[in-house]
Amino acid sequence: MALLAFHNITKSFGPLVANDDISLSLEKGDVIALLGENGAGKTTLMNILYGHYTADTGHIEVDGKQLPSGQTDAAIKAGIGMVHQHFTLAENLTVLENIMLGTESLWSLSQKQSAAKAKLAKMSEDYGLKINPDARVADLSVGERQRVEILKALYRDARVLILDEPTAVLTPQEADSLFKTLKSLTEQGFAIIFISHKLHEILQISTRVEVLRRGKIVGSVATIDADRAMLAEMMVGRKVERPSLEAMDCGKPIVRLNNVTLRDAGRKVSKVPKLDQVNLTIHQHEIIGIAGVAGNGQSALADLLSGLSIPNEGTFELLDVPVTQASPSNIVRRGVGRIPEDRHSSGVVGEMALWENLISEDLRNAPVSKAGIVIDRKACIERTNDLIERFDIRCEGPDAETKLLSGGNMQKLILARALAPEPAFILANQPVRGLDEGAIAYVHEQLLAARKRGAGILLISEDLDELFSLCDRICVMYHGKLTQPYDAKSVSTSQVGLMMAGQDLRQTQDQMPEISNTPVKESSHAD
Amino acid sequence: MQIEPREYVAPWRIVFAPFAAVIVSLGLGSILILWVGASVSEAYLLLVKGALGSSFALTETLTRSIPLIFTGLAATIAFRARFYNIGAEGQLYCGALAATFFGTGLIVLPPLLMIPFLMLVGALAGGAALAIPVMLKTHLKVDEVVTTLLLNFVILLFVGYFLEGPLKDPMSMGWPQAEPIIDEGLFPSLVDKSRLHFGFIFAIIGSVLCWAMMRFTVWGYEIRAVGLNTSAAKFSGINVNTTVIRTAVISGGLAGLAGVSEVAGLKGYLTLDISPGFGYTGIAVAMLAQLNPLAVILSAIFISMIYVGADSMSRAINIPTYIADVLVGLSVLSILVSVMLTKYRLRWR
Amino acid sequence: MMDILDILISAGFWAATFRIVSPLIFGTLGELICERAGVLNLGIEGIMTMGAMSGWMWVYMGGDLWTGVMFAAFVGAMFGLLHSGFTVYLGLSQHVTGIGITLFASSLSYYIYRMLLPDATTPPKIDPFHPYPVPFLSEIPIIGEALFTQTPLTYLALLLVPMVWYVLYKTPVGLAVRMAGENPMAVEAQGINVLSIRTGAVMVGSAFMAVGGAFITMSAFDAFFFGMINGRGWICVALVIFASWRPGKALIGALLFAGLDALQVRVQQTAGAVIPYQFFLMMPYVLSIVAMVIMARKASYPKALLTPFRRGERT
Repeated sequence: MALLAFHNITKSFGPLVANDDISLSLEKGDVIALLGENGAGKTTLMNILYGHYTADTGHIEVDGKQLPSGQTDAAIKAGIGMVHQHFTLAENLTVLENIMLGTESLWSLSQKQSAAKAKLAKMSEDYGLKINPDARVADLSVGERQRVEILKALYRDARVLILDEPTAVLTPQEADSLFKTLKSLTEQGFAIIFISHKLHEILQISTRVEVLRRGKIVGSVATIDADRAMLAEMMVGRKVERPSLEAMDCGKPIVRLNNVTLRDAGRKVSKVPKLDQVNLTIHQHEIIGIAGVAGNGQSALADLLSGLSIPNEGTFELLDVPVTQASPSNIVRRGVGRIPEDRHSSGVVGEMALWENLISEDLRNAPVSKAGIVIDRKACIERTNDLIERFDIRCEGPDAETKLLSGGNMQKLILARALAPEPAFILANQPVRGLDEGAIAYVHEQLLAARKRGAGILLISEDLDELFSLCDRICVMYHGKLTQPYDAKSVSTSQVGLMMAGQDLRQTQDQMPEISNTPVKESSHAD
Repeated sequence: MQIEPREYVAPWRIVFAPFAAVIVSLGLGSILILWVGASVSEAYLLLVKGALGSSFALTETLTRSIPLIFTGLAATIAFRARFYNIGAEGQLYCGALAATFFGTGLIVLPPLLMIPFLMLVGALAGGAALAIPVMLKTHLKVDEVVTTLLLNFVILLFVGYFLEGPLKDPMSMGWPQAEPIIDEGLFPSLVDKSRLHFGFIFAIIGSVLCWAMMRFTVWGYEIRAVGLNTSAAKFSGINVNTTVIRTAVISGGLAGLAGVSEVAGLKGYLTLDISPGFGYTGIAVAMLAQLNPLAVILSAIFISMIYVGADSMSRAINIPTYIADVLVGLSVLSILVSVMLTKYRLRWR
Repeated sequence: MMDILDILISAGFWAATFRIVSPLIFGTLGELICERAGVLNLGIEGIMTMGAMSGWMWVYMGGDLWTGVMFAAFVGAMFGLLHSGFTVYLGLSQHVTGIGITLFASSLSYYIYRMLLPDATTPPKIDPFHPYPVPFLSEIPIIGEALFTQTPLTYLALLLVPMVWYVLYKTPVGLAVRMAGENPMAVEAQGINVLSIRTGAVMVGSAFMAVGGAFITMSAFDAFFFGMINGRGWICVALVIFASWRPGKALIGALLFAGLDALQVRVQQTAGAVIPYQFFLMMPYVLSIVAMVIMARKASYPKALLTPFRRGERT
């Protein structure tokens, strides 16, 4: 009898079938990798298992007993533990509070904090997951928060552990240590479901791979029989070709940041500034990548370059003009195209029409509006029709509500708005997050075309593969500090990983002879 | 129970929503009528007759709708920017006070100039009354809901001070009442032998202007974008603070106009009871109109019908007049649900 | 200046302070509980009115005082249930729902009062809670006379402060409430129903508010008037912000506020000739705004305040 078995799970959201007749099972010690593109239905399936969603049809059995659907507490009692991709932690509360929630009867008149602490300490010891139970979650690093999530599941005696894209936020070294933990857990009899779209991780850790595409299981192979190319093709349904970077001499500098420091607004002054003495020069014909674990200042850097924040110290020059005090509209007018980190929350106004979102960056200029007062709807629609065609936005027309677009088409709309004016500098903050392969390829093509045309591009990403395949040079952010740029061809993933964890490679060069401290023509300090 | 968004919102649902809300409110209100022991159909018939049954009733209903159109617009414009101005009541009194201050003889102009002048100062005063809360919100992040609510009480006391002090009418026999507005400042009557005055035309013009602003102008675009998604608006270069402040001043100005029209159009002088909560009722008007400035006219007339009709109904079957307020409160709640049901469907499992 | 000092050392001033503070404590704690769970309850003004009417009416109709308080609490909880049906289950705007409930609850209170007492020209009276001097303690000069000669409802209000603190910070259910206001998904992921937690919190909070209203008609006065809550609910909402969502600070804030209010009444009697009385009456409202301004920048809102949680919705 299988430890856990899915039987014919189907779930749809409106017209979208997220899971289509999925069956699979796992035993003690199994590490099943659920592989699939964004939107293939991996997370939906796990949310059904964990009781966040209710399946339309089908059922799940644990030890041969049917799991009541749509009840998270039943799933927890049955020994299912889930580490969500977006951590489900309350930042203002302590680690212990986060772990203890739900472990005691709600109506008991006191909490057994010391007993819980002892149990937690023992578990930390047993599984090698060190954590300070009294620390506020807000003060923990991303890796530590993930540890809390795992401990939360183990504390409730989970036997099946679901990890949803667990390495997306980790450095390569942290990911390795996570894999060690997982390995020791499987040796102790845990079963693990590992969701990812990173092939090398899956090959490294899983015993079996289940490939999902458009809600269906399209393949199931033992990991020993699998290789990268085969998995990639199964996942996408066709051969995947990543664009390659055409060698190109970079031209004159476009963006210069000189010793930029940005501190938290408000009275609570945190110890670490959001940006700490950042220097950066971006030239024509070049893509500079920013690597780093989420929350190390990338958003602050993006805000600064999009004109949303004004630095406390230092200067920001665009095409040799100081724009340190500029506003977003000012920045756009001076030739910056911006792709925001989260297209839903800051990219578009979902309830407004397509054409309205396309004009949002130059409302007060002709031909969008007359004298900056009355919007010229006809001119706007014309422009929108043109852009819909040029950027191949699949939609019902310029009047369609923007929130109805698919993720890929919404991103195309943002690309159209940002790139159509042929900006000199492009800020691309996580431009492919959550997109499927087709849309990813489209975004990358557009960025490369812009590079060819002569734009300078800053690409912020948490995906090292993307950075290495697309960037000329890569910088790493850690605690608000930005390293010098390294040539993408001569720095290794593990070196970048170490820098993401805060190691200063310049000081440890003896141990790393292979690093080439590359030929950045002008040291960024010199400007 | 599962709440699922609809992919397609049929236009009939949007049109139908306020009617559904009204029907539900009247249905729930009928419980209170049954409690009196009256027949529900008879009671509501009396209500409709009292509001529309004669030319006098009709003009009364339209007269009463004037301040509601203005306060409804005030709420509509502000809520569109997701600025919760709950202080229209206070802004209304500010407008009335300003009109009284300038309109009782301090400045004398021919009617063609005097009336616009009084409306201007009233609107400015209403806008100014909202300036404090909006600046506190944009600059110090103080929640506007509580500040606008609390300012209502402050402003009412402030007006009370003026009515018992500097602006007191010496002929008022001790009542807290201001001197009457000079004849040049009074709104002309619209229908003979009725109280319906020119303010109704001004209110309609106001609605049309607000509608045109929301639909055709950059300001309107900015108001909608800020209200629907502040961070996207900010990212694309809209100055959110400026937009919110501008919206608030317009909203306060509209509420101020309600005060001017009550003083210079209806009563002729300022007292402390010119508004039985028009400011708060304006929220109900705006919600029933689904924040559409043109629909505000209809929803204001409807709510005014309830008030005027309830007066005569209560006289006829001895039911407390508070029934009207109960119905208005209920309709705020039921319109919330019915608008939601246009966008979502509930699925029971 | 001497006058003010005289006032500050008089037992009468302190007694008045504790009388004024009681409904504010009930209301502020009630609002605090709702907001800690992530729900802004702007129904407070109407729910206090409803509590004031229903508790009083219960006693007027022959019930005894304590069951009257319980009845008011029950009615308050029912309006809390209505609020959470809208804001928690349907995820509707907390602002508009709250205002709607205030409009509905206050007008319904007046309607019911008029229905039951159609002919009353002067408001009828009940026999309200009487002061209960605590043995020995009430004999301490000034503070004892002021604090320990209050009505039982005031003692209840003061006792509720540590109780609410204990429940919020020291019990599993309190942890769940705080967590629901910080990150509802975290609550859901631990197998606890967010909607129930929030509903429970809003119902308990609304019951507190209603008892705060009942205090006014059953302890501070003995009759029900129209408009007698007079913005006290809104003041409580401001006090919650001033208190940074902490029960202890809520007590301090409410006491500070009540003290200044009591002082204002007394200064008015001496300085009334110079400054018109309206400006004294404005003080509570102006002070509330000032308090919010002082604290607004430091305020650390419950992170999920105003954010509806919909189970099984794709994000």
